[in-house]
Amino acid sequence: MAPPDQSHRSPSPSQPSGTARAESNGTGNSNSNPKSNPNFDSKGEVSDLKMQLRQLAGSRAQGTDDSKRELFKKVISYMTIGIDVSSVFSEMVMCSATSDIVLKKMCYLYVGNYARYNPDLSLLTINFLQRDCKDEDPMIRGLALRSLCTLRVANLVEYLVGPLGSGLKDGNSYVRMVAAVGVLKLYHISSSTCMDADFPVTLKHLMLNDPDAQVVANCLCALQEIWSLEATTSDEASREREVLLSKPVIYYLLNRIKEFSEWAQCIVLELVSKYVPTDSNEIFDIMNLLEDRLQHANGAVVLATVKVFLQLTLSMTDTHQQGPGKLFIVQGQHQGPLQDPQHYLHPVQVYERIKAPLLTQVSSGSPEQSYAVLSHLHLLVMRAPILFSTDYKHFYCQYNEPFYVKKLKLEMLTAVANESNTYEIVTELCEYAANVDIPMARESIRAVGKIALQQYDVNAIVDRLLQFLEMEKDYVTAETLVLVKDLLRKYPQWSHDCIAVVGNISSKNVQEPKAKAALIWMLGEYAQDMQDAPYVLESLAENWDDEHSAEVRLHLLTAVLKCFLRRPPETQKALGAALAAGLSDFHQDVHDRALFYYRLLQYKVSVAERVANPPKQAVSVFADTQSSEIKDRIFDEFNSLAVVYQKPSYMFTDKEHRGPFAFSEELGNLSIGAESAENIVSAQRVEANDQDLLLSTSEKEESRGPSNNGSAYSAPSYDSSAPLVASHAQSELVSLDQTLPQAPQASSAFDDLLGLGFAVTPAPAASPPPLRLNAKAVLDPNTFQQKWRQLPVSTSQEGSITPQGVAALTTPQALLRHMQGHFIHCIASGGQAPNFKFFFFAQKAEESSTFLVECIINSSSCKAQIKIKADDQGSSHAFVALFQSALSSFGMS
Amino acid sequence: MISQFFVLSQRGDNIVFRDYRGDVQKGSAEIFFRKVKFWREDGEEEAPPVFNVDGVNYFHVKVVGLLFVATTRANVSPSLVLELLQRIARVIKDYLGVLNEDSFRKNFVLVYELLDEVIDFGYVQTTSTEVLKSSVFNEPIMVDAARLPPLGPASIFMQGTKRMPGTAVTKSVVANEPGGRKREEIFVDIIEKISLTFSSSGYILTSEIDGTIQMKSFLTGNPEIRLALNEELSIGRSGRSIYGSRDYSGSSGSGPVILDDCNFHESVHLDSFDVDRTLTLVGDIGKRRLMLMKGPVLMGFCKLDASSAILNQVPPDGEFPVMNYRMTQEFKPPFRINTLIEEAGALKAEVILKIRAEFSPSVTANTIVVQMPLPAYTTRVSFELEPGAVGQMTDFKESNKRLEWGLKKAIFLHKYFQIVGGSDHTLRAKLTFSQESHGNITKEAGPVSMTFTIPMYNTSRLQVKYLQIAKKSKTYNPYRWVRYVTQANSYVARI
Repeated sequence: MAPPDQSHRSPSPSQPSGTARAESNGTGNSNSNPKSNPNFDSKGEVSDLKMQLRQLAGSRAQGTDDSKRELFKKVISYMTIGIDVSSVFSEMVMCSATSDIVLKKMCYLYVGNYARYNPDLSLLTINFLQRDCKDEDPMIRGLALRSLCTLRVANLVEYLVGPLGSGLKDGNSYVRMVAAVGVLKLYHISSSTCMDADFPVTLKHLMLNDPDAQVVANCLCALQEIWSLEATTSDEASREREVLLSKPVIYYLLNRIKEFSEWAQCIVLELVSKYVPTDSNEIFDIMNLLEDRLQHANGAVVLATVKVFLQLTLSMTDTHQQGPGKLFIVQGQHQGPLQDPQHYLHPVQVYERIKAPLLTQVSSGSPEQSYAVLSHLHLLVMRAPILFSTDYKHFYCQYNEPFYVKKLKLEMLTAVANESNTYEIVTELCEYAANVDIPMARESIRAVGKIALQQYDVNAIVDRLLQFLEMEKDYVTAETLVLVKDLLRKYPQWSHDCIAVVGNISSKNVQEPKAKAALIWMLGEYAQDMQDAPYVLESLAENWDDEHSAEVRLHLLTAVLKCFLRRPPETQKALGAALAAGLSDFHQDVHDRALFYYRLLQYKVSVAERVANPPKQAVSVFADTQSSEIKDRIFDEFNSLAVVYQKPSYMFTDKEHRGPFAFSEELGNLSIGAESAENIVSAQRVEANDQDLLLSTSEKEESRGPSNNGSAYSAPSYDSSAPLVASHAQSELVSLDQTLPQAPQASSAFDDLLGLGFAVTPAPAASPPPLRLNAKAVLDPNTFQQKWRQLPVSTSQEGSITPQGVAALTTPQALLRHMQGHFIHCIASGGQAPNFKFFFFAQKAEESSTFLVECIINSSSCKAQIKIKADDQGSSHAFVALFQSALSSFGMS
Repeated sequence: MISQFFVLSQRGDNIVFRDYRGDVQKGSAEIFFRKVKFWREDGEEEAPPVFNVDGVNYFHVKVVGLLFVATTRANVSPSLVLELLQRIARVIKDYLGVLNEDSFRKNFVLVYELLDEVIDFGYVQTTSTEVLKSSVFNEPIMVDAARLPPLGPASIFMQGTKRMPGTAVTKSVVANEPGGRKREEIFVDIIEKISLTFSSSGYILTSEIDGTIQMKSFLTGNPEIRLALNEELSIGRSGRSIYGSRDYSGSSGSGPVILDDCNFHESVHLDSFDVDRTLTLVGDIGKRRLMLMKGPVLMGFCKLDASSAILNQVPPDGEFPVMNYRMTQEFKPPFRINTLIEEAGALKAEVILKIRAEFSPSVTANTIVVQMPLPAYTTRVSFELEPGAVGQMTDFKESNKRLEWGLKKAIFLHKYFQIVGGSDHTLRAKLTFSQESHGNITKEAGPVSMTFTIPMYNTSRLQVKYLQIAKKSKTYNPYRWVRYVTQANSYVARI
């Protein structure tokens, strides 16, 4: 409860004041300031307290409560600073017989703090807490119930069920509010007790009926947590979780939205953002209802509302992220502020609508709050820069803003630059570049360079960049050189202007490795245009040992070679020096490159020319640092930390903390529990191929090894190590006997490929028409996610993958290509050996019925966990069969 | 949901520490403080308000030198947590009157009591001072006002380095005054922050006003309050005319006040706003009823029944922003800054800074500081103030090569560099360099930035025309204070 706990009982360096030391002295918390007494003896003091408390416990005299208050305060003040006052536990409990609510609260605080570490003692408190749970005063009932649930002692849970049950039915909303959260606390102490008592059902009832909005909100929070955690093991729970997203529940909550506190509104809005409306009328209704939430002073409410708006419009158009260009029609007759007379709603309209409220949030409130909002604005600007191109002045930096804010703004300015505003933006950036704040100046120069690479008004920008070089500030020169290099790679036509200026820079003034490397690259690339390039390179090569960066030395080798090929007589000396130094370089890459050049030159100079100095194609686009998949994922996690960190939540959060409705099947960083013993055994198993049908898992395990019986069974290329063969030689015969009689049937039952998890179809005639998939199925990631959230799991089973498959699965991409051959398309993949995760989808050839697959492959156990969701439940089995067959044939071709 | 909440002093001491969920390790306060103190990442020297260490997310806001921190392992909404931290600080201030380490330490039991009601198991329950009053029972122990730094006329607006300053009031919303009864009074502050950039030739490049109407109510019984603003007030500038080339009419001029955008506190009722620009702050019973009657209702599964209109919130008590607004309509800047740099030989130059106050002489600006970075090779600066200058201070900060011109250092003298409207002030600074400047001084120095506070002056011309409080009885006549103040946020002149 309070700060003190074991770790605080020992002195810690975080409190350098020297006053708040636990064992020896206290801090100036209360009137009885122990600090003032250098010989403060906590033991004596505590036993003194114990005595006094005991005296007061039985007293009914006037003013007892006041003296108790003083004593309790002293106890809690000791507790806060870390003195162990657990020895007065029983006295505190005895004194708790009071009607004074301040005393009671202090007592609860004390008990809540020590119960966890003194489970035996806490039994003492159960009695009085239970008694208080039946008090007349609802405040005391609530407080007692909260304290009871906060004890967090597992063997006391039986005492919780009764009070919680009556708390949920209490006539007072404060008590129900506490009880709803209490259920969640109980769930975390003992989930089975909570489930056995059927509390979630009660919570659901309360959520849908309670007149008090905070009770409703607490029930919602508790249910979200409980169902999400339960959903991993129970289908019922995942159904319940989906019920929270059903239309009746969503509408019920939305209709009460203004009753909720601003914080509870955030929770409701987050839930609503996951709701998928069935038609555009619904979208309008919801957006009109929530429109005024955008004018809320609380930034969290505004962002939550913005998320709803973005998600709602997203669900209607798959071109949302492509910005303007597509309209979708809304037929209803609504009088909403978002609607223009033609009843069109455009994603652009949504952006236009949310822009002003977000900008207001950025400029009001504390710097911290405005940073949080600005991060989200940043995300939107990066997604649809064109929509913000007239707002660029809002992204100008103020001199007193923290660097983390300025950095975001610079990126936004870079993004929104276009033909009409580039001149002004670059002018502004140049002001920052002259700034005395060095990190800021560097970022600004980089921003100018990025804008230049975006192809707007390159002419003017090149001039500005070259002016930077004349500023003669080392860091400015360094940043600019790097940029000029990138610029030349994209616009070689500017080489003449640039080289004239770059040629004047003394390499002695350039120290930063990246800048030096850039300069050297230009010396090599434009050796013909720079008069003294060979001599500059020569002096650099001669001072080889002074160059500490391997990157620079690598560039130097290449530049010297290029220069040599163009101006051999002048560069010969430099080349000799560089190759000699390079060959004896301790750095592997430098050494290898020197050796390579040396041999190349020895072999044939013309070949060296072709290798080192081929005509170059200008770079058209520099690769984006973040994949669009990652960006979409961050966008999907709007209004969360993912936006601030600029990475999806799976990169910084463990699975159980990703929020109740996070797209929980995240990729990468997968932790698929401890391997079961069975998995370890089966890890040695060699899976057979398609034709190895109808064997049970255990039979298959036996059936590996060489097979030369001429049966339908054809072994995969096996591990031929001798002991393995020997140990299986005998059992193999047995298993083959079992296999043979069934082999003919196998070929007909193509649908039922591995025979895993579902019954063998005995009569081929009864099998349904074969499932055919659409070779050119398309599904965008957002639709996938929405479907994935909506649909129940229709099949969940274990599959397997052949060792050849495992061998081929060095990267997820290998499997993607393979599955594509079976018309099963991948929408997302990730992970590292041994755990890979894939999301696939497929569509029926005849109709637009979609199958969604989550497939987790453990390459060390050759197992695959497969979860299938399908629009058409009926055909999901057929699809599973198809999927399994495709999976098991992976690596066989 | 959050896992822990704690408040650290500037030295990193735990002042309060509350663990709500027990899923973050106990040493988190220490990890946090070390990380913030020695922040070095991406060339930044200041820790952002949100960061992640080993899977734990740390959120913090700085309030009057104290660090309010929350931790969680969950991927929560950052603006929710940061807003919450700010709100907790405000609630505590409402209760304690003064927010500082001392008042915290004296009232830690009360603070714990508040924290218990504000958050349960990581979920926010309420941050309304009024609601909390019904469930919080400790009486605040007031810190000795004499031990507080003296409240000069301007220092009241100097809390916090940027943006929203606290109101002048440092009394608790709940505690009774020594005299016994509470004084019925209400404060409405119109606080405007100006951001403005002059180009080197004196043109206004960008300008923005970020304003707040902040209210702090000490009225008992939460009566309905009506607040009327300028009738000629329009919101939302149509289309793209932002920063358009309109002639500005100046702050003394007339014409409509055009806000780009604004937002309102939850309790503000805007029914008549469109008609007569009146904001009504209503109790929740009224709000609920109105809500039942109007507004689009989703026709889904549930019908609202009348019983759900029971109040669970009450109108706000304590300090809160009634309305935040943002304006880019051009305005007359309160100060003009002229900078002249003259080279006087190879190793010498003279900087002449001239400031002109463009507002009426009846208004006085104070706490003025003008700063200007000088070339890095500046070794010595000698200053020359205008004849008869009083209370001015000049300094050359050797460490960051910065020129400072402003208020007296000795705070206790209460003598600030004040500027009366309409007046001019000039500073001459002679610079000595250690190397030749190559005629490049303007690229190595500046821009000039300025901070100031102008009480009883507002740039946007947004006004509270009247403040009406529903009468409880004929004799009920609470004190009403309406105050204006304009502050510089980022006031910069390029050279």
